[in-house]
Amino acid sequence: MSVLGPSEVELAAAEEGGVRAAARAYLERVRAGDVGSLPVIVALALITVFFTAKTSVFFTSINFDNLIVQMAPVALIAIGVVFVLLLGEIDLSIGSVSGVGGVVVAELQQAGTGHNLGGGAAIAIAIAVGALIGALQGSFVALIGVPSFVVTLAGLLAFQGVILKALGIQGVIGIQSNTVNNVANYFLPKEWGWAIAAAVTVGLCAVTVSGFVTRHRAGLPIGNPLLAALRLAALAVIAFGAVAICNHARGVPFAGLLVIGLIGFWTYVARRTTFGRHVYAVGGNPEAARRAGINVARIRILVFMISGAMAALGGIAFAARLSSVDLTAGSGTVLLDSIAAAVIGGTSLFGGRGYVRSALLGALVIKTIENGLDLLGQTDWVKNVTTGLILLAAVTLDTLSRRRLERVGR
Amino acid sequence: MTAAMTPPTLELRRVSKAFGSVQALRDVDFEVRDGEVMALVGDNGAGKSTLIKSVAGIHPFDSGEIYFDGKRVEIHGPKDAARLGIEVVYQDLALCDNLDVVQNMYLGREVHDLFHRLKEPVMEQRTSETLRSLSVTTLKSVRQTVATLSGGQRQSVAVARAVMWNSRVVILDEPTAALGVAQTRQVLELVKRLAHEQGLAVVLISHNLHDVFEVADRITVLRLGRNVGVYERSATTQQEIVSAITAGVPTKVAGIEGTGEAAT
Repeated sequence: MSVLGPSEVELAAAEEGGVRAAARAYLERVRAGDVGSLPVIVALALITVFFTAKTSVFFTSINFDNLIVQMAPVALIAIGVVFVLLLGEIDLSIGSVSGVGGVVVAELQQAGTGHNLGGGAAIAIAIAVGALIGALQGSFVALIGVPSFVVTLAGLLAFQGVILKALGIQGVIGIQSNTVNNVANYFLPKEWGWAIAAAVTVGLCAVTVSGFVTRHRAGLPIGNPLLAALRLAALAVIAFGAVAICNHARGVPFAGLLVIGLIGFWTYVARRTTFGRHVYAVGGNPEAARRAGINVARIRILVFMISGAMAALGGIAFAARLSSVDLTAGSGTVLLDSIAAAVIGGTSLFGGRGYVRSALLGALVIKTIENGLDLLGQTDWVKNVTTGLILLAAVTLDTLSRRRLERVGR
Repeated sequence: MTAAMTPPTLELRRVSKAFGSVQALRDVDFEVRDGEVMALVGDNGAGKSTLIKSVAGIHPFDSGEIYFDGKRVEIHGPKDAARLGIEVVYQDLALCDNLDVVQNMYLGREVHDLFHRLKEPVMEQRTSETLRSLSVTTLKSVRQTVATLSGGQRQSVAVARAVMWNSRVVILDEPTAALGVAQTRQVLELVKRLAHEQGLAVVLISHNLHDVFEVADRITVLRLGRNVGVYERSATTQQEIVSAITAGVPTKVAGIEGTGEAAT
């Protein structure tokens, strides 16, 4: 939402004017049960400072590139999780579905198997398979009313089994297709990096200005231009800064661009289209949505399709990083990292509140901690305990703001 | 009222509805005219909810006739009711707490372009206009989430949503049940404005006779699924209505007494 047009916070602020009013508006939103992205951004800054102080290899260009590639699959899967959480549902099958995505791509691009498809076609089919799995699971939830927890738990087990069967005795498929491997291993030429940073900045400015103009023409209160300018400046600094750091090493990873592009696309869908509006409505009050004439079942099924498709895409990114899939595809921490990422990023577990960008922010937190602790030579138990504690903190914050809402009395 | 000249906006003739062996409504007549507040009162189980739900198209009447502006109509589903301009504000309001006022006002009927992009400025403008026309002025911003609103403000938003769609008949189900004194006043003022300034036909369902006597022009009393009578507010007293609700005094609808009592 911050990506497109003036935010509600600013609009509220515009009526009183000034930065202090904006701060008050933010507090009001917290009181309304919406924690927003501020806590996670602060946490991310603290984590970065901590590891930079601890080890000299953390804040380097090479590590930054690594971090982006490590973070990308989780961020992609977490985008789907955000949508499911917005509905107030859960999808536990995303890990297994991501594994299926990887296996489908690997199988389809394999030479000498009769299907030997090009990388692009293989990727498209794998994503479609993910969406189809989502449609199947979503139908059980939306049409029959089986709790999503159980449907997707069944999916988790079943698709793990499918992966075992598909990989068979050999247990691993190598990926030769460059198109597929490039998802995680291609780095953009340096001038491309700069061009993209410039395009993103100009695009954001254009959208913001046109938003102001439309609202002004309609005679509506416009946001505080100073705040909008500050936010645009901050985003521009982040865009150019990130490109500068990446270009110092191998350039901007394609995976990073993919994540940013999809965050932008899905943010647009969630905040600016009728479909997105209906997702929030169903998550907030399904009965109200139904009485307002919204086809609740259709929304639920579509959201599970998004979840499945994004999980498959994340699985492709995983497979591409390793240039192969094996029996561990989609198992381990994939599922929990992805759900944790969405929640840590500030999307409520209780439905109706959250942002697509929390997928990126949460994935960054989790993977930065993992990356930093790896560099410090810490073992897995430290990583797991730390991530667990941060997840607990995020959910506690979410619950507290929700409880506060109930105390205030609707 | 200046009745009799024009046909009622909404008129029900001898409508009945049974759920299994329970006869919820039996040969009930009901009418409401433009510019009046018609209260619908009765004890629990009198059939008030059944009546409005059937009018809203949630479950159709078993028998009887519905006239709208004097023309015979059929209501088979919520869409039919909405097409006629009948809007119901339910007791639980059916608002999404997590969405703001504009988003709730347009829920399910968003203004969008060919690509389903939302036209926020249009919706925000019209929301502000609608609220202003109803003199709902206590909102700080139409971009506040509904979670931050008071009970009276929420009720106002729900009512405003109902009247925004060129509605003719607005049915309010216990609009003041959960409100404090000041907020109740606010909502009752709004109810009066709907009928007397906007010229809508308003049906008010309430347990609170004090509220009813404050805003209603006429009062329809139901008892055990049957008509007791229709009273002009100016020509009746709270005592008379109470005895109508509890004892079912003889009315203009002949032949109820005696036959109905044995059923309970």
